[in-house]
Amino acid sequence: MDMIASLSLGFSVALDPMNILYCFIGVLLGTLVGVLPGIGPTATIAMLLPITFSLSPAGALIMLAGIYYGAQYGGSTTAILINLPGESSSAVTAIDGYEMAKKGRAGPALATAALGSFFAGTVGTLLLAFFAPPLARAALNFGAPEYFALIVLGLLMSIALAHGSILKALGMIVLGLLLGMVGQDIYTGQPRFTMGVRELYSGLNFVSVAVGVFGVAEILRNLENEKGRDVMVKAVKNLWLTKDDFKRIIAPVLRGTALGSVLGILPGGGHILASFASYSAEKRLSKHPEEFGHGAIEGVAGPESANNAAAQTSFIPLMTLGIPAHPVMALMVGAFILQGITPGPNVINDQPALFWGIIASMWIGNVMLVLLNLPLIGLWVKLLSIPYRALFPAIVLFACIGCYSINQNIYDVYAIAFFGVLGYVLMRFGCEPAPLLLGFVLGPLLEEHLRRAMIISRGDATVFITRPISATLLGLAVLAVVIAVLPSIRRKRKEVFVEDD
Amino acid sequence: MNKNTVTLAASMLAAGLAFSGTVLAQDYPTKPITVVVPFSAGGPTDTVARLIAEVMSQDLGQQVVVQNVGGAGGTLGAGQVATAQADGYTLLLHHIGMSTAPTLYRSLPYDPTVDFAPIGLITSVPMTLVAKKDFEPTTLAELMDYIKANGENVTYAHAGIGSASQLCGMLLMDALDTQMTTVPYQGAGPAMTDIIGGQIDMICDQSTNTTSQIQAGEVKAYAVTTAARLGNLPDLPTTAEGGLDLQIGVWHGLYAPAGTDAAIITKLEAALQKALTDETVISRFAELGTVPVTAAEATPAALTELLTSQIALWKGVIEAAGVYAD
Repeated sequence: MDMIASLSLGFSVALDPMNILYCFIGVLLGTLVGVLPGIGPTATIAMLLPITFSLSPAGALIMLAGIYYGAQYGGSTTAILINLPGESSSAVTAIDGYEMAKKGRAGPALATAALGSFFAGTVGTLLLAFFAPPLARAALNFGAPEYFALIVLGLLMSIALAHGSILKALGMIVLGLLLGMVGQDIYTGQPRFTMGVRELYSGLNFVSVAVGVFGVAEILRNLENEKGRDVMVKAVKNLWLTKDDFKRIIAPVLRGTALGSVLGILPGGGHILASFASYSAEKRLSKHPEEFGHGAIEGVAGPESANNAAAQTSFIPLMTLGIPAHPVMALMVGAFILQGITPGPNVINDQPALFWGIIASMWIGNVMLVLLNLPLIGLWVKLLSIPYRALFPAIVLFACIGCYSINQNIYDVYAIAFFGVLGYVLMRFGCEPAPLLLGFVLGPLLEEHLRRAMIISRGDATVFITRPISATLLGLAVLAVVIAVLPSIRRKRKEVFVEDD
Repeated sequence: MNKNTVTLAASMLAAGLAFSGTVLAQDYPTKPITVVVPFSAGGPTDTVARLIAEVMSQDLGQQVVVQNVGGAGGTLGAGQVATAQADGYTLLLHHIGMSTAPTLYRSLPYDPTVDFAPIGLITSVPMTLVAKKDFEPTTLAELMDYIKANGENVTYAHAGIGSASQLCGMLLMDALDTQMTTVPYQGAGPAMTDIIGGQIDMICDQSTNTTSQIQAGEVKAYAVTTAARLGNLPDLPTTAEGGLDLQIGVWHGLYAPAGTDAAIITKLEAALQKALTDETVISRFAELGTVPVTAAEATPAALTELLTSQIALWKGVIEAAGVYAD
């Protein structure tokens, strides 16, 4: 079947009034759970799985997919407005997005996120439509050594996440790596740092850690001084982007989209790197790197685009090979099976209406999201005028309920409190939470792929440099370090990374 | 409040509880029933649970809600049900891991044979021996010779400690009396990815995860580990046909906490048996490459017997392999 016929088949399915309705319900729910801290798309899709029983396969999958990419739009909202990222990707958005909000530029930050996400979502959907099978094949060339090299490169590049001391940023990454070790060692089953608590066998919950070190710590800091509280945005200047803003976000959006699209295809955790990688790239390429961490609009535009492109292209391994790239995709596999369709390489041929219908619905969903989110910006910004004493306890409560609802594990709630206090202490010492979260999410992946590569190669460490992709990535990582330590560049760097305390 | 009033209140409360207990057994169920699945949503066990729950809801006249309590190889969720109120409103749907946990976890806080009231078996999902497309052996006999000849140079993927694929690997190495290099993954999905990508040699995994890949020619299949061939893979021989002494099925059972009223167990047993004859359940199970057990097996007695014999079987295999999860 040629592309035009396939796409028109897809749109005929996606434009069915019932399917449009399911798509809308999906993206609306996605936006809402994205906005509510703690309740992520994983929990929502898990809760809605039984309801999808009674829907048609296309309707069910269109709705569930909508929840996922809709949540990527919504997730940035709380990150920008109240420094509370619900997912690893929005942790990056929080860095500059929240700074923008503090300066009264919450509107432009949210608009940038929505526009960048829309563009990236559209490109991601097109890639999915035109190149899904070959891209999925190419991604299979990534084995354990390649993923290890990719993550090393990601970690070294993302020291740029810090806008303060580099040494402290490194310390935070290491602390994050250690926190990521908590739980059962997947290779030997040995519990590590669990202190005999069986509830910690699956490790610490990302959302708990993020809500703690970002949100709760920020609240504690604001309680320090009743008068000097800067959390409430002074005056919201404007809701829309200026001409200058538009000029500044075009390149970051394009670069973020490209980076996110490529990383999203890799089923072994590439999507996690997308927003971090985009932020690092933008900071390095910017003529004004000193603005990063103080409300640079590029620091919102790039990562948000990257994140959404990756969210869209992470459907590629699932749709073409039946391989889930992350927990949400694993849930989608479950939804397929409940509908009597086993996801695999044959879906594209056996169920063309379903396959193309879902793809077409993704674009329609992205249009709905941008139409839904742009008018909502005014409303979200108004949320900031709710008195602090009412807004923040409510947010912490929502976050606790959300975290608890995922696994019914009370330790996920304890973790919020613990990391809130830890995050506050670290903040007082001038340490930033973003590198910590990066270490936390990448640490387990780094270890998993390193050890797997070594097991498969039977202890031969040269595997990392004899395989071309991994050798290239490690070469780039070395280059990144060399550039960082070159004296001439170091001088320039001093200007960039001033100790700001 | 003086001591007497406390005692009085307590005894009234106790009487009330006892009374409501008898009412519960007759009218059961009067509120939604929770089935705990000790694994994450979307996985094979979760799918089995949701299919059954949907049909049992209609029969029992109350919503049967699936709750995923993942973690610690299924022991967290099972432990939660072990200590739950034995009122028939909290049940456990667990697979073969129920019988391996007592050996894998040396400090298990519950005893599968004491803390649960078995309700019945549900299904036994077949497993398949598959390898990357360009793997040298083409038949099961060749595969067996290849593994024996190459031993630790063969890489075997499995979905983590205590997973069915790890158990099948132990049996395979046991049967061939050799050691392969076993490589753990975080679940069956990533393991399958590396098989398709040719990064690793082989895996023995549930037909749920392998059938579509086998049909599409993405992986090479050697055998199915059940006594009979599979309906949707009729050309795939059984292990017995190929002369390999290895039989394993990922059996799933339904349990209530120990001490649950016998009348409630009987009611649930009947609802389970009825659900297993439901058209949708049978056809969806068929797509997963499995069949519901017979009514005679969907009984407390059959599940108790299987659980006890499997605990003994796996104790030997796991201790010989020296693999522990704590």
